Amino acid sequence: MPAVTETREAVEQLGQSSYKWGFETEIDMDLAPKGLTEDTIRLISAKKEEPEWLLDWRLAAFRAWQGMKEPTWAKVSYPPVDFQDLHYYAAPKKKPGPKSLDEVDPELLRTYEKLGIPLHEQAMLAGVEVPEGEQARLPVAVDAVFDSVSVVTTFRKTLEEAGVIFCPISEAVREHPDLVRQYLGSVVPAGDNFYAALNSAVFTDGSFVFVPKGVRCPMELSTYFRINARNTGQFERTLIVVEDGASVSYLEGCTAPMRDENQLHAAVVELVAMEDASIKYSTVQNWYPGDENGRGGIYNFVTKRGACRGARSRISWTQVETGSAITWKYPSCILQGEGSVGEFYSVAVTNNCQQADTGTKMIHIGRNTRSTIIAKTISAGRSDSTYRGLVRVLPKASGARNFTQCDSLLIGDQCGAHTVPYIESRNMGARIEHEATTSKISEDQLFYCRQRGLSEEDAVGLIVNGFCRDVLKELPMEFAVEAQKLLQISLEGSVG
Amino acid sequence: MTQFLDISGLCARIDADGQEKEILKGVDLSIPPGEVHAIMGPNGSGKSTLAYVLAGREDYEVTAGSVTFQGQNLLDMEPEERAAAGLFLAFQSPIELPGVNNANFLRTAVNAVRRARGQDELDAVAFLKTARAAAKELSMSPEMLKRNVNVGFSGGEKKRNEVLQMTLLQPSFAILDETDSGLDVDALRIVAEGVNRLRSPTFSALVITHHQRLLDYLVPDRIHVVAKGRVIHSGGPELAQQIDREGYTRFLAEAEAA
Repeated sequence: MPAVTETREAVEQLGQSSYKWGFETEIDMDLAPKGLTEDTIRLISAKKEEPEWLLDWRLAAFRAWQGMKEPTWAKVSYPPVDFQDLHYYAAPKKKPGPKSLDEVDPELLRTYEKLGIPLHEQAMLAGVEVPEGEQARLPVAVDAVFDSVSVVTTFRKTLEEAGVIFCPISEAVREHPDLVRQYLGSVVPAGDNFYAALNSAVFTDGSFVFVPKGVRCPMELSTYFRINARNTGQFERTLIVVEDGASVSYLEGCTAPMRDENQLHAAVVELVAMEDASIKYSTVQNWYPGDENGRGGIYNFVTKRGACRGARSRISWTQVETGSAITWKYPSCILQGEGSVGEFYSVAVTNNCQQADTGTKMIHIGRNTRSTIIAKTISAGRSDSTYRGLVRVLPKASGARNFTQCDSLLIGDQCGAHTVPYIESRNMGARIEHEATTSKISEDQLFYCRQRGLSEEDAVGLIVNGFCRDVLKELPMEFAVEAQKLLQISLEGSVG
Repeated sequence: MTQFLDISGLCARIDADGQEKEILKGVDLSIPPGEVHAIMGPNGSGKSTLAYVLAGREDYEVTAGSVTFQGQNLLDMEPEERAAAGLFLAFQSPIELPGVNNANFLRTAVNAVRRARGQDELDAVAFLKTARAAAKELSMSPEMLKRNVNVGFSGGEKKRNEVLQMTLLQPSFAILDETDSGLDVDALRIVAEGVNRLRSPTFSALVITHHQRLLDYLVPDRIHVVAKGRVIHSGGPELAQQIDREGYTRFLAEAEAA
C-alpha cells in the first residue's frame, strides 16, 4: 500500500529550514593551510606539543594511508573526495588549552548554549565545589569539541575525586602519556582501514576517559562535537578505557552548520573493557544532512570499535542517526573475554537524498560470548538506507549466541531499505538468529490515528517512535527525550 | 429543518486498481440530536464507505452532495478536525500500531481532542484513573492498557478497545461499523451496554450492523436500509425483525419499481 500523499509531500518539502542547528559562529580561527602532506602532520603534532612517539605513529599511519584505496563496497555513492582540498586543522584563535571557562571565547559558549548544552551552568556548579545535594540533579560532564580542538570540559573536579580521568585526548597525551600510549590504536590499529588510517595521521582532538578498577563513574560523560569552519575535516579520536569491575556511560552528540559544500568527518572511537567492566556508549548523530536536493551535508565516515578484553565485560552501543549526507559506520564489539557481552541498538533515519550504510560487527572469540543486534531503519524521500552487519563466531567460541533483528520502515515510494547480514560461524555449538522485517506506515495506521484526533505529524511521530521503541529505551533518559524529538523533526518538520 | 447531522445527495467513488468505482449514489439521511439510528443492508451496498466518508478517509472522492454536522460543513474538515468536533468511528477492523503503548495512545488522542475543544489536558495520573475505570466497565483487564495498540488482541478485545476509546473521547456522534461482528453474546451485551451508557440528549450514533441481535440490546430510534449506494427504506425499530424474517428482497424490489 502506498504511503499517504501528504506525508510524502510533507517529507519531500523538508528542506534546510528544518535543520535548526544550521547556524555558523563568527569566530577567529587558526587554520592550517589546505592539503595533506607529512608537513601538515608535523604541524598538527607541533601545535599539540606532542611527544616524538606520537608523531612517528601519525607518520606511519599516513604512509599506510597513502597506499590504501577508499572503500567502495558500501551502498553509497558520492563524487570523489579531494583530500588535498581540506583544512586538517582549525582551532578557535586564543591561548592554547583553556583551563577554565573564563578563558573560553564567550562566542563559543553562546554557540553551545544555542545547541542546548549549558556548559556555563554546569561548570559553575563544578567550579564552586558541588554540594552533595546538587548531585541529585543528575549532572552530565561535558567535553565540547569545536572543529579541531576541545574547548572545555566540565565537572572535572568531581570526576577526579572519583579517580575518573575525563579530558581532551590532546591533554591526555601530555598528562597521561603512558595510558594513551598503551591503549591508542590497540582496538583500531592505525592502518585498520582507509578512514581510520587518515584519522590516525591527522586526528586533532577528542575525548579520553579512564575509569580505574572498581569505580562506577558517578555521572554520565558527554562529548559534544561541532563542525564550524569551512572546508574543514573533523577527525576526532575518542579513547575510553574501563578497568576491572568499573563502568561508565558515555554520550556523544554532534551538529554542524548548513553549507553547500560537503564536509568530511572521519572519527575513530576505541573502547576497552577489562574484566567485569561495562561501557555504554550512546550517540545521537545529527550532522547537517544536506538540503532536499542533496547539496551539502556531512560525509560521516566513522570507525567505532570496542574490545571486551576481560571476562564478563560488556559493551553496549546505542545510536540514533538522523544526520549526515552519507553515513558509513559500523560500531563493533570484539568479544574476547569469556562470557563477554556485546550489544548494538540502532535507529537510522534517512530523508531527502541522504544515504546511510550502517550496522555492526560482532566478533565472538571467547567462550559463551553473547551479542544482541537490534537495528531499526527508517527511510523517507529519495533516501537509501542499508543495514550491513557481520556476526563472526571463531572456532574457540563455544556456546556463543547471537540474536539479530533488523526492521525497516519505508515512508513514500522513492526510498530504499536494504539489509545485508554476513554470518560466519566456525563453531558448531554457536547459536545465531536473524530476523528481518520491512514495512510501511500504512494509510490505515495514519487514518486510524487521525480519526482519534491526532494531527498527521503527531501520528507519524507516534508510529515511528513505536517502531523505534526497542532502541530508544536503551538510551539514557534525557537523551531518549532528545532523540524522540529529533526523529519527529527529521521526518516531519514543515508539516502544518 | 437543520438537524444534528444532515446528509444530502451524497455521492462518492473510489479509485480501485485504476478504475473509478461509484459507491455512494445519492445518500440522504438525517439524524437528530440524542438519537441512535441503525443502518442495515446487503454486503457491498456502501455502508462502510458511508462511515469512512463521514470520518474523512481520503481514498474516497466525494463527487456530489453535502454533509452538515452541527451546522458545519463536515466535508471541508480534516479527519482530526472531525474528531475534535465530536465525530468518532469505531472501526470494523481496528488497526494495529506496533510499539505504541495503548494507554499512551489513548492519552495522546484524548489530550489532542481536549486541546482542540479548549479543555485542559489530563495528566498521566488522572488519565490512567479514568481509563482504568472505563476499562473495568467494559470488563477489560487493566493489562490491556499496557499492551501495544490492538497488537495481538483477539477480535473481541479489539472491539472492546474501540468502545473504550469512544468512552474516553466523549464524542457527540459515534459511528459503529459492524462493531458486533465476531462477538459472542456476552461480549455483544457488554459492547452494547458501553454504547447505551453514552446515550444522552447530546449523543447520537449511527450503528452499522448485519444482525438484529445487536439491536435487541441497542434499541435504535430509526432503521435505514441501504442498498446500491442509497437509502432505500426507513422505519422504526420493528424493521429489524422484518429484515430478519424476510431479508432485503422486498425492499430491493420496491426500490427497483420506484
